[in-house]
Amino acid sequence: MSFLSSYIHYVGCFSLILIGLYVVLVKPNLIKVIIGINLIDTGVNLFLIAVGYIRAGTAPIFSEAALQADKMVDPVPQALVLTAIVIGVSVLALALALAIRVYGHYGTLDLRRIKGLRW
Amino acid sequence: MRRLISLLLLLIVALGLALCLSGAPFGARGADEGAGLAPDKVNFGRRYNERGLEENGAANIVTSVVVNYRGFDTLGEVTVLFIAAVGLAAVLYTRTGKAASAGAEPSSLVLFTGCRFLFPLILLLGAYIFIHGHLTPGGGFQGGAVVASGFLLIYLGCPDRKLSKAAVGAVESLSGLAFVAVALVGLTVGGSFLLNFLPKGTVYGLLSAGIIPLIYVLIGFKVGSELGGIIDNLSGGSE
Repeated sequence: MSFLSSYIHYVGCFSLILIGLYVVLVKPNLIKVIIGINLIDTGVNLFLIAVGYIRAGTAPIFSEAALQADKMVDPVPQALVLTAIVIGVSVLALALALAIRVYGHYGTLDLRRIKGLRW
Repeated sequence: MRRLISLLLLLIVALGLALCLSGAPFGARGADEGAGLAPDKVNFGRRYNERGLEENGAANIVTSVVVNYRGFDTLGEVTVLFIAAVGLAAVLYTRTGKAASAGAEPSSLVLFTGCRFLFPLILLLGAYIFIHGHLTPGGGFQGGAVVASGFLLIYLGCPDRKLSKAAVGAVESLSGLAFVAVALVGLTVGGSFLLNFLPKGTVYGLLSAGIIPLIYVLIGFKVGSELGGIIDNLSGGSE
């Protein structure tokens, strides 16, 4: 129980990653595979934010309520995740464009029916 | 069979992840902080938190890191987004340019008027978010995404109003060029790329933090027009 309460954030991130991996491996629909890739992306982002957290820390923004720099959480993972979210959007857009093209060419999004993508 | 192999694989990955995470306590300060670091090492998160306000004058330290300390990284990020937009346009390029909304039913008066009423307000919210990026949570990328959601609303509600591709391209290229130009001015004035050469102003003021709000406004324009172009391309595209 204490394990779950102290690691609940990590457990959540990693279950998101694993659910995404499962979707990518098992689902035959191309759109669902892309959603799975996005789930993995979200899980990794959440994990990076959780690593930078400091217990009872404030957001790294100075205001009248928060003036102590040593109480703030680490800003570097947050900046990295800002980058990673934008890259994730780029990957998602490009993957959807390819899915549109695949649908136009084969007339289906079912990976089992598309020759050359079977495994 | 396939499902079984996948579940087995996932079990192995989950075990590995659990082993990795069992040594990392959540929310604790780093072990190096209490004892003090070796003289040639720096804890960057702590350093940015402690010195960021006096060095850049931006209340939001994350913005300070994104635009100034790691500004070169942000330039690369903007480039990746640009390449993705170009790649998407190249993949979806068709000479015929068939209109996807040709057979669609015209939207009702309420929807049409509502979209036209909400569109400027969404643009205003996006502009507010990217102008205040150095003071409050938010910034160029977030504000740009809000602006692009306004374009998405127009696409969904008023399909006959199309984005002008020339205007989108011009805004995108000019703001990207201006970003590099501001960074190069820093190189010529003070000898380092992306130097914060403008006066810092008073902390918490709108005109503070030197070049940070300027660059974030440019990023907001660039991201907004890029994501708008992506939405336009994905929705069947105008010529």
